[in-house]
Amino acid sequence: MSSTIVDSAAEFDVRDYLRKEMMPHFLCPGCGHGIALRALLWAVHELGMDKDKLAVVSGIGCAGRLSAYIDANTFHVTHGRPLAYATGLALARPDLHVVVITGDGDCLAIGGNHLIHACRRNLKLTCLMLNNEVYGMTGGQVSPTTSETRLTTTTPLGNSEPNFDACALAAAAGASFVGREVTHHVPKLKELIRAGLAHPGFAFVEVLSDCTEIFGRKNELGSSAEMVLRQKSELRPSAYRDTVNTPFRSNDLPTGVLSKRDRPEYGAAYRKAAAAQRADAAAKDGARTGKGEF
Amino acid sequence: MNAVDKLPAPGAALRLVSGNHACALGAVAAGCRFFAGYPITPSSEIAERLSRLLPQVGGVFVQMEDEIASIAAVIGASMGGVKALTATSGPGFSLKQENIGYAAGAEVPCVIVNVMRGGPSTGMPTRPSQSDIMQTRWGSHGDYPMIVLAPASVREIYTETVRAFDLAETFRTPVVLLYDQVIAQLTETVEFPDIGDDARAERKWASGPREAYQPYAANEDGIPAMSRPGGGYRVHTTGLTHSESGFPTQNPEAVARNLGRLLTKFERHRDVIDSWQALDCDDADVLIVAIGISARAATRALATARAKGVRLGLFRPVTLWPFPETALRAAAKTARAVLVPEMNAGQLELEVQRILGGKRVYAMHRYDGEPITPADIAARAQALAQETAI
Ligand SMILES: Cc1ncc(C[n+]2csc(CCOP(=O)(O)OP(=O)(O)O)c2C)c(N)n1
Ligand code: SF4
Ligand SMILES: [Mg+2]
Repeated sequence: MSSTIVDSAAEFDVRDYLRKEMMPHFLCPGCGHGIALRALLWAVHELGMDKDKLAVVSGIGCAGRLSAYIDANTFHVTHGRPLAYATGLALARPDLHVVVITGDGDCLAIGGNHLIHACRRNLKLTCLMLNNEVYGMTGGQVSPTTSETRLTTTTPLGNSEPNFDACALAAAAGASFVGREVTHHVPKLKELIRAGLAHPGFAFVEVLSDCTEIFGRKNELGSSAEMVLRQKSELRPSAYRDTVNTPFRSNDLPTGVLSKRDRPEYGAAYRKAAAAQRADAAAKDGARTGKGEF
Repeated sequence: MNAVDKLPAPGAALRLVSGNHACALGAVAAGCRFFAGYPITPSSEIAERLSRLLPQVGGVFVQMEDEIASIAAVIGASMGGVKALTATSGPGFSLKQENIGYAAGAEVPCVIVNVMRGGPSTGMPTRPSQSDIMQTRWGSHGDYPMIVLAPASVREIYTETVRAFDLAETFRTPVVLLYDQVIAQLTETVEFPDIGDDARAERKWASGPREAYQPYAANEDGIPAMSRPGGGYRVHTTGLTHSESGFPTQNPEAVARNLGRLLTKFERHRDVIDSWQALDCDDADVLIVAIGISARAATRALATARAKGVRLGLFRPVTLWPFPETALRAAAKTARAVLVPEMNAGQLELEVQRILGGKRVYAMHRYDGEPITPADIAARAQALAQETAI
């Protein structure tokens, strides 16, 4: 994908897409979610998307708070349910471009059921899951993506639960576009999100983001800059993996577009079947007399 | 039934339908164009009917992965500007509560049908009950306003479904349509009234320049105008306590002002919201207060008792919440005793006691899955008439 990167950074001004009245934002210094938000808005800009037609639905959490900063139609809904709200909105309003912003807890724990069914249904939606391995908003509890042995406020002995590979999960559930990127590579992240936004079905994009203030502090991962650099050392080819002493994430986490499938888009398929039924009914009605009969 | 299910022509002749079928027809007539649901007895026929009806009128039907997803999708569709419905029964209604509170707080119109079956828990899926009376009012956390309509016949399910949408749109609120399994699956001959195709209530939509628009402005009637995505307003909707701008706030004055408006927004519109039936109340010695199938049994009891010279009256709230209290007080004027027959362990009784403080309020409870019979009500009411005779 890197070959298609066009450097539009010069003419992209993130402030054109933010609600200035909401500044200053509430994210902690160095939080990866802000980087992800910038990458999303950059992709929106590059695609020339109409802000009036952009709908952003977000759940509850630090990730969920991001929608409020975007100058678009924004919906901050209940914990774990943004994909379900977005499903209704996108089905009712196919003219809108619906994007979901969700956290690892929002998307994979309380909202896990909605995720797998959204993947299966393949309605046109872009789901941006900001994975910081932790419940940031509630003060740093263990999440379904916390690496084993990591310390959180509810795993004082070190996490002993295996974590989800969200992309593998989404792909297995049928998502027609799955990709992962890190906040370390903003242009690449922007490219991936752009590809997800342009995808004609359900696109799942996982962003490896850092909760610097809580997760980083608890696990002594250093400054936010050090945490971002750690992403780089950890995500290089696995042959070099052994040279890294304290892997930030213990799993093998490939990045980029991880899977793409050509599947019928749910909304279009439904509307087509409904139109065919209406045409059929109209033809039958014409042949019959009592039109008011039921 | 083939894939195409016929819609009734306005003002059409008699038709034999079930309560749930009437609900589906009423929804389409009211302009509902989105349904999301999850199967549960005894409400599933509403979903099945709408899966056939909605595509015919350019609407969307979707079966979601659970009831939480269903109400979420319904609110999502309504935030997109489309009239939307979900239908369920006890266990599913419990699951929907958090998001019903979201719709109430963010003021997103939608209609939720709860067909009551025996509880608690999985209870008696195929047996009737009236045990969700309090849950429909208080089921979600926090303080919030709620409108609940309680039809008692198949025809009334049709007309109240239409009214549920009208009230939801007019007052930007979730509305619950609450009825029991008996009338849900009862098949009656219904003459579909002409509800006037073009007279349906529409949400108050935002107009004017974006800069001057406040998504939660009180306006003169206490009902903020909603903006349709795509219309250029680009607003924020949240379940966090918000100010007139729609953005979160914890400023005590802003919270008091905005939550205060929300909590009282139905009060000055009670003339439109309140609805009830008062039968033979003018000279009643014993007043019966009941809803749904219990009210129908009471209607029969009234006739038997009157034939024997016992003066019974019936007060039936059609709008169950907010409870039509002024009308109840008026209906109870001459009554020496009030009898509340209900298929639960005592819920409606509590509200009647609250409103008619000082009157003698007696209850009849039944929660074994069988409806209360006209004979049971007549016998108890006649005994009360005698006991309280002056
Ligand atoms: C039904 C419900 N349960 C719990 C909460 C509390 N809560 C708020 S945010 C959150 C977790 C957020 O974690 P994540 O989705 O990973 O987002 P992050 O803050 O890390 O970005 C929880 C449990 C809630 N708001 N609602
Ligand atoms: S708590 Fe963590 S995730 Fe939340 S804003 Fe702070 S650094 Fe970011
Ligand atoms: Mg998180």
